[in-house]
Amino acid sequence: MASEFTKNKHLVSRAGFGMSLTQIKVCEMQNHTDIWKGYVKKRAFKPIRFDSPAINFDYGRISKLNAEQKKQVQRRNRQQNIELNLNFLHEMVHSEDQLREKMAFFWHGHFATRVANPKLSQQLLNVIRENALGNFKDLLFAVSKAPAMLSFLNNQQNRKGHPNENFAREVMELFTMGRGHYTETDIREAARAYTGWSYDRNGTFIKRDKFHDNGSKTFLGKTGNFDGNDVLNIILEQKATARFITAKLYRFFVNEQIDEQVVATLSRQFYDAGYDIPRLLEGIFMSSWFYDKQNIGTKIKSPIELMAGIMRMLPMKMNDPENLIVYQRLLGQMLLYPPNVSGWPSGNAWIDSSTLLLRMQIPQIWSGLRPLDLSPGSDDDIDMGLKRQKSLARNFKNPHMSIFWPQVEAAFSGRDAAGILLLNDGSINRNLIKKYADGDFSRRIIDIMSTPEYQLC
Amino acid sequence: MLIKRREFLQLTSLASASFMVPKFLKAMNLPGAMEMKGKVLVILQLSGGNDGLNTIIPTRNDIYFRERQTIAVNNALPLNDDAGINPALRFFKQLYDNGEMAVLNNVGYPRPDKSHFRSMDIWQSASKSNEFLETGWIGRYLDEACYNCGHPTQALEINDMLSLALKGEHNKAFAFKDPAKMYRTSQETYFKSLYDHHDHHDETVAYLYQTLGSTIGNAGYIFEKSKAKKTDTIYPNSALGKDFKTIASLIKSDINTSVYYVEIGSFDTHVNQKQRQENLFKTMNKAVEAFVTDLKQNGLFKDVMIMTFSEFGRRVAQNASGGTDHGTANQMFFISGGLKKTGILNALPDLQKLDQGDLIFIEDFRKVYATVLKNWLKADATKVLGWKNGMYDFI
Repeated sequence: MASEFTKNKHLVSRAGFGMSLTQIKVCEMQNHTDIWKGYVKKRAFKPIRFDSPAINFDYGRISKLNAEQKKQVQRRNRQQNIELNLNFLHEMVHSEDQLREKMAFFWHGHFATRVANPKLSQQLLNVIRENALGNFKDLLFAVSKAPAMLSFLNNQQNRKGHPNENFAREVMELFTMGRGHYTETDIREAARAYTGWSYDRNGTFIKRDKFHDNGSKTFLGKTGNFDGNDVLNIILEQKATARFITAKLYRFFVNEQIDEQVVATLSRQFYDAGYDIPRLLEGIFMSSWFYDKQNIGTKIKSPIELMAGIMRMLPMKMNDPENLIVYQRLLGQMLLYPPNVSGWPSGNAWIDSSTLLLRMQIPQIWSGLRPLDLSPGSDDDIDMGLKRQKSLARNFKNPHMSIFWPQVEAAFSGRDAAGILLLNDGSINRNLIKKYADGDFSRRIIDIMSTPEYQLC
Repeated sequence: MLIKRREFLQLTSLASASFMVPKFLKAMNLPGAMEMKGKVLVILQLSGGNDGLNTIIPTRNDIYFRERQTIAVNNALPLNDDAGINPALRFFKQLYDNGEMAVLNNVGYPRPDKSHFRSMDIWQSASKSNEFLETGWIGRYLDEACYNCGHPTQALEINDMLSLALKGEHNKAFAFKDPAKMYRTSQETYFKSLYDHHDHHDETVAYLYQTLGSTIGNAGYIFEKSKAKKTDTIYPNSALGKDFKTIASLIKSDINTSVYYVEIGSFDTHVNQKQRQENLFKTMNKAVEAFVTDLKQNGLFKDVMIMTFSEFGRRVAQNASGGTDHGTANQMFFISGGLKKTGILNALPDLQKLDQGDLIFIEDFRKVYATVLKNWLKADATKVLGWKNGMYDFI
């Protein structure tokens, strides 16, 4: 049986972005049920925005701009997307509403989009965050009508007589039922139902009636003059949808290896509860199997979880937050820039020889003990918003971060650092850490964070 | 269609069993199990979507000059009656004249995607355009050909980050910009001690330590090999020149690497294309010239092939900014002293028959990959790619 402290560590690392410095004491005193109650406490919703002023720009006009103007628009777009990225990361690190941000992070990878227009990115990000702990049905409808999604999956081009099936296909394959539960004919018929779903210049969802196909459609065994709403409702009637979402959440929160029996039970409950997300989460986090040994410290942190986790434990002043983008890129997970509509791969996929060494060096680099001497290659979808490569390279001699070590030392005083920082501290060689730290407190923390074990949550 | 790596491997081959190989067989410095007396492939990725029409120029095509009033290349170096090559690629013209280069035109894939990242994803994973693979084609080649290699250094990327192309299910290639730098990092005594003292039974922790151990071992192995055969050839001082120099020194040593992956960019020339593209070509031209010269001096040019690709070509008509926007099909170059056929292998793009202003692809890049895998690397192309629609005969 895991100790209450281990249970708490496990819960905060899965349901949130890990223990913060101030949470150490809380995790020592409270039990996991109390911590869970704190997570589900209702809090006011705060939207995330980009910092620089929004400019009401008509994207329909972009082709009429000259080269210099176009470049300016693109540069501003990328800059604002980066601001959104960093503000989202900031919430993961600092928000008390950890469960909301963790679920938003999950949905961000689930409903993966990558669009140039920051206004649309911002809107979808907040739709996801606002519904993250609501009902999956509301979330699915809201995401499906979000201009970022309609744009990313080409539904603007989906018109009567000229269907574009991209949106219909991904809604079923990646967002709801998963492969094997529908046919190519179902995709074609659903695409017809989505014809005319679009958005206007202000980024508001509209149904363009003249582009909508009003004919009869047969979708998943039902026939009628369906529109996009009908199709989504039919998709939600399928038990496969509850199963698919539950299994993905299980892999994200519990274990990469599915326990079929548990997932079957959870997904039945999820379906019967009308897709209520908090109840599903409670079914996971308040179950006894969640705290079984094989589920604790056995998942590889994604790059964002790794970075947010370090920042929660080590309070720091960041003089050049934009440098964090470079680490996201080097480690393979840049918020708002998923590799494709299926989102980021997980588990062992995060680890190769270069990412593992960088992960193990990050605590040293951020503490100023060694420079970052890597740079991400060119990415034509991203680079324009970054500072010029040269100035970044200069910054990397100095991480432009200062960690408040006295605070860290005070919080760790008299405690077993490895036991706090690692989920799975059984295999760690404490003598080795002691030897290398040579009595230096910050060095000890950095060394523990530089282990393979610290890559796990 | 989303296919998980695991399912893909089950579909296309017997899943590898590398994790079942006893630890003593994985000891460091064990030579690779793969027969490495074979050929070497160097993949040069032109990132950003290189404009193929200004690379191999249809010198007698009126449509080309009409659609590209200010950016058409008027001083192409002639290759044959109909085609010339960008003047910045002077050495490529020489390779062509020597019968050491093949050009395949109109390469692409059905339902092309014009976003950089998605199209690059498709080229690197060798997926269909509506399919998402989590492994790359070279990575799956590693899984297939190197399922019990002690040193998974059969494929190396000269870069700080490992591309999707080189990630397999069980094997991932190594990425490094500079062997000495990677060696220094991996030799940090703390990391080495962690590895030397590790003792655990958990599967995920084991995977991490195994990766750490092979990184330390292979970084040393690669560093030693790269030092072994210093080159006398003078390489240009560009990033690409240094990358090719690293590759040459490794090829000359007896390292077991058969695939090198290297990148140049960005070719995303929406604005003022002519100068930007020519500058990149000059860099590329000089680096390839030094590399080929080096190979020839060492009698290796028959066994090494450079293959270039870009995620897409660009539109036929220029835009209002003296540039070109994202397009579709493109040409690929193959450079070696060991090609079966050389020259321009097929027809130039048909500028009369376009799809909404874009070239129509004729040759599928997966057929190229299948040919390279089978005829050059002697691998089972069907298992790696699931490709069944024939091969080319020029390799």
